[in-house]
Amino acid sequence: MNNFDYSRASDVADAIRLLTADPGAKLIAGGTNLIDLMKENVERPSRLIDISRLPLRAIEETAGGGLRIGALVPNSDLAYHPFIEQRYPLLASAILAGASAQLRNMASVGGNLMQRTRCAYFYDTTTPCSKRSPGTGCSAMDGLNRNHAILGTSQFCIATNPSDMSVALAALGALVHIAGPSGQRSIALTDFHRLPGDKPHLDTNLGSGEIITAIELPPQTFVRNYSYLKIRDRLSYAFALVSVAAALELEGNAISEARLALGGVAHKPWRSLEAEAALRGKAATPDHFGHAADLLLQGATAGSHNGFKIELARRAIVRTLMQAASATPQSQAHKKIA
Amino acid sequence: MNAYVGTATSRVDGRAKVTGAAKYAGEFSANGLVHGFVVEASIPRGRIVRIDTDEALKVAGVLDVLTHANRPPLADKDDAWKDEVAPEGSPFRPLYDDRIKFNGQPIALVLAEEWETAKFAATLVRIDYEQDEFVTDLEAERGSANEMDKPHKPRGDAKAALAATGLRHEADYLLPTEHHNPMELFATTTVWDDGRLTVYDKTQGVQNVQKYLCSVFGKKPDEIRVLSPYVGGAFGSGLRPQYQVVLATMASLALKRSVRVVLTRQQMYGLGYRPMTIERVALGAGPDGTLDAITHEAIAMTSRYEDFSRNDTGWAEQLYKSPNTYFSHKLVDLDVATPCDMRAPGAATGVCALECAMDELAVALKLDPLELRLKCYSDRDQSEDLPYTSKQLRECYARGAEAFGWSRRDPTPRSMRDGKELVGWGMATGVWEALQMPVAVRIVLTANGHAEVSCAASDIGTGTYTIVAQVAADALGLPIENISVRLADSTLPQAPVEGGSWMAASSAHAVLAAAEDIRQELARLAKAMPDSPLADIDTHNVTLANGMIASNGKNAAAVSIADVMRHSNLERIEKEKLNEFAEDKSHARNTHSAVFAEVTVDEELGVIRVTRVVSAVAAGRILNTKTGRSQIMGSVVWGIGMALHEETQMDHRFGRIMNANIAEYHIPVNADIHDINVIFVDEPDERINKLGIKGLGEIGIVGVPAAIANAVYHATGKRIRRFPITLDKLLE
Amino acid sequence: MADTTIPEPIPINLVVNGERRALEIVPWTTLLDALRDRLELTGTKKGCDHGQCGACTVLVDGRRVNSCLTLAVMKDGAEITTIEGLARDGTLHPLQQAFIDHDAFQCGYCTPGQICSAAGLLAEGRARDADEIRELMSGNLCRCGAYPNIVAAIEQAMSRS
Repeated sequence: MNNFDYSRASDVADAIRLLTADPGAKLIAGGTNLIDLMKENVERPSRLIDISRLPLRAIEETAGGGLRIGALVPNSDLAYHPFIEQRYPLLASAILAGASAQLRNMASVGGNLMQRTRCAYFYDTTTPCSKRSPGTGCSAMDGLNRNHAILGTSQFCIATNPSDMSVALAALGALVHIAGPSGQRSIALTDFHRLPGDKPHLDTNLGSGEIITAIELPPQTFVRNYSYLKIRDRLSYAFALVSVAAALELEGNAISEARLALGGVAHKPWRSLEAEAALRGKAATPDHFGHAADLLLQGATAGSHNGFKIELARRAIVRTLMQAASATPQSQAHKKIA
Repeated sequence: MNAYVGTATSRVDGRAKVTGAAKYAGEFSANGLVHGFVVEASIPRGRIVRIDTDEALKVAGVLDVLTHANRPPLADKDDAWKDEVAPEGSPFRPLYDDRIKFNGQPIALVLAEEWETAKFAATLVRIDYEQDEFVTDLEAERGSANEMDKPHKPRGDAKAALAATGLRHEADYLLPTEHHNPMELFATTTVWDDGRLTVYDKTQGVQNVQKYLCSVFGKKPDEIRVLSPYVGGAFGSGLRPQYQVVLATMASLALKRSVRVVLTRQQMYGLGYRPMTIERVALGAGPDGTLDAITHEAIAMTSRYEDFSRNDTGWAEQLYKSPNTYFSHKLVDLDVATPCDMRAPGAATGVCALECAMDELAVALKLDPLELRLKCYSDRDQSEDLPYTSKQLRECYARGAEAFGWSRRDPTPRSMRDGKELVGWGMATGVWEALQMPVAVRIVLTANGHAEVSCAASDIGTGTYTIVAQVAADALGLPIENISVRLADSTLPQAPVEGGSWMAASSAHAVLAAAEDIRQELARLAKAMPDSPLADIDTHNVTLANGMIASNGKNAAAVSIADVMRHSNLERIEKEKLNEFAEDKSHARNTHSAVFAEVTVDEELGVIRVTRVVSAVAAGRILNTKTGRSQIMGSVVWGIGMALHEETQMDHRFGRIMNANIAEYHIPVNADIHDINVIFVDEPDERINKLGIKGLGEIGIVGVPAAIANAVYHATGKRIRRFPITLDKLLE
Repeated sequence: MADTTIPEPIPINLVVNGERRALEIVPWTTLLDALRDRLELTGTKKGCDHGQCGACTVLVDGRRVNSCLTLAVMKDGAEITTIEGLARDGTLHPLQQAFIDHDAFQCGYCTPGQICSAAGLLAEGRARDADEIRELMSGNLCRCGAYPNIVAAIEQAMSRS
């Protein structure tokens, strides 16, 4: 771990001021990802700004009927909050599919959005990686890429975003509230993370000096027809090979609204409005789900070891939509996949 | 008297372990303790051109940076570096010279007052390398494999028999490199006392380490003492002295201070491992299911500097009747660290291949896999044509099959279902050796009715503390609470490394031998007491029970041990005895198991769950049914990991392990494990040793990966021969 | 030229197992290292130092966390419970006794983390059956493979609490 200064921010404005004053500074809340990367010398902040005591822990109903979640709410508190369990069970399920109970107790909602890729080459400072050291190239491209991206990749990076929570937030149409030197702004969760392009070192569109203050969920909750299905190499405590968040509104067997997002396949949670539109007004059948899957996976490309992910994702999408349609969401504890 | 032996006795070290009082190697403190942090090489082969430690040395609190250029003297002959279980070759010498032999090799040790300071300063050490051409890919180098000495002599003409046989199955099975990943990080704490060193080390053999250190550093035996009172798992990784003990000792000698060196999880991937092995098995059989021929050829990886090989082949020959056999074991030298023993070395991999092949043969023959095993069953060790001291494998098959419900199996693949899941049932045989080694034990019996039993053997979680206490309590006729056990101190009576499943039988009989001396001494003293009711006894025919010494036989007289000692003016009786087992080449000694596994496989998604495992084990007498059951259960978990999860992944462009952690090197987690039913089959064995003990450390894993792979085939109709069986392989 | 200076220590207070402990601590020190190296509470184990194994699990203000990914300075004023703080007046915590009864460990190295994690699990009250225990204990690796016994031990403690 490198030498760094430590400051405790007294409020959001103080955090922004400290961030702006020191371009090498980083915010720390739960620390579950940042400390890990600092121990690997992947992250070498000049200063840690401790925001863990800022008053960003509220979960409040918004005037419009949605929910505003403070950026420092621990993942577990969010998953088990009555509002989330009852109104946004897709989000609760996705959170509980990630990490471990201990890590969920530590990790903040804002930090979850900021977690970095688990690509082995990104983690190993002896190998080239353009995300870690811009311009050095992508070792995964011709290396061990079994768990790398199949969508939205660039010639510079094929890393994936490892978050489960973000996949559900993408499907639910969440907004990210941000405060910064030039005031406050909000962006859609789906616009928060970036594709790697020629700047793979940038994971998100968060500007310098900016801090996530809250996540906002819109009123539409999908309490009945939803499911989060995570496929991985062991049955718990592992990152997704593919994960699917699906949510439907049904009138009889007809789909009036559909949401669909993928995790583990791209540099960001992968959502396609076209795929969702194709489901609206259709019957909830495997054929229609398969068509939506094809649309969502349009343009998927495989590397040397991750070709299986395309077919796996397709099947997982159909299955998750079936679970959602039949109101039998995947349990994160009981591992049999209905 | 057997109040404890054979019972479900709770671990005597349980309280220490559940309260955090048990101290492991990296947890002993000392005044002025110095912390060392290892800098490791990032190339697989070449030479260090320059190590620049200037910046690291500028960090406040850094005391020194040891490298090959400034280290204290080390022995310069290979023999001095050979520990008691070293393979053929030239052992690795940490910080010896500028040569790089494997990626992750230690090349510097930063020493500082604080651990964090040392870790920070380690990032400031700059190294320039001259890199040589290297190869690390076993499959690519398969053609350059060298034949080792023939592990087993051929029988008949296997080649001709295979050519002529009615039915033949031949395939390659690929078992990947695996790392032990004990939960405890490898660590050493040395305590410096005016030139003498007390070394707390994570090891499976304190005397092995002690002799090694004395030889490497040219020290007298009384200058270095090695202890490992608790070991946080090892599974073979601690059989040989590991490099951190050399570095800590070196630093202690250089600084004349106490030093602690703890490896990181990542650095532990630069230690030994189960070597990747390509197993080619060919079986030829007649239509009735009797084998005509078995050939088993293994190609494994080793380092360029040592030839590590284990018996992968040959289990087939011992287990199954076949007139024609051929075995070979080849090694490929690669630019990697030397492999080492890992739970059931050779058997876990070799038997996996054999038992998958047997399953494939059974399918081809349209025979039940269990029936095929019974058709080829042999009551004699086929390799030497010897009877076994005991072999209840037939009973294992029967009991295991019954408990599992094997008779209800529909043999057709993909025939059993539960909703969207395919259900598969598979089985396999397990076999391991029942080894025993010379061990010495000292017993000190005190007049207050307590006994201290001591031995240099280690307890690596295997339960040695507990079984030693059980055997001693029974032999001395004392409650187990009155027995204290001291282990894993190089100054205690002789023991070999704890491995190979030999320690239970070996230590138990050493306890018996020392207790026998105590008993005879007590009998002699009792006989000599004035007006002794035992005046006429045969000193060889007495029993110690309930704190009394009694003549054997009905209504025999008895005297309290306390009285005997008081009358003899003795506070303590001390006896030390080395127990050696008579060599018996007339019988084969093995443990066996029958493993039955149920898997469910999601038909579309390939997700595999192991829902049930029944392991029926014949391993002689079980000293402690509680800890013994745990050992088998834990081995089954290992087998599940081997079948489905574990694989050390190397990027051969860099010659570097890319999942050197325990997030991406997957071992089973709690959610992966369901019902594991352990059955101990009665296996009386009066020939192998007095107590009829065989050992349980390895047998539990052998056969498990094959049983699961066979179950996956039965579920899906897909035969996966490249382990681990990850879901992508089922989707192909 | 790299920065070779090391950070200044910062004074903090922790309440560890009910006892107030004042420490001067460099910000890069994790709670795990502070417990093990500074307070000599070595019952909390280091198995990976990266949040991958759970051996370092302790309770911070009653919640189970990985102490290896927690900076000690950030927990100034917090109440920490480690394995050494679970037994009361020499009487084992029901989980400790249950782990012995069910032989829920072999080498013992993951055990303090398993027990602290299980204590957190009981307090959370979210596990209602064996599958939920398995899932919610999956952040604690046990290389000896004692998982079925760990589940049985937790079920025992759960039924008696």
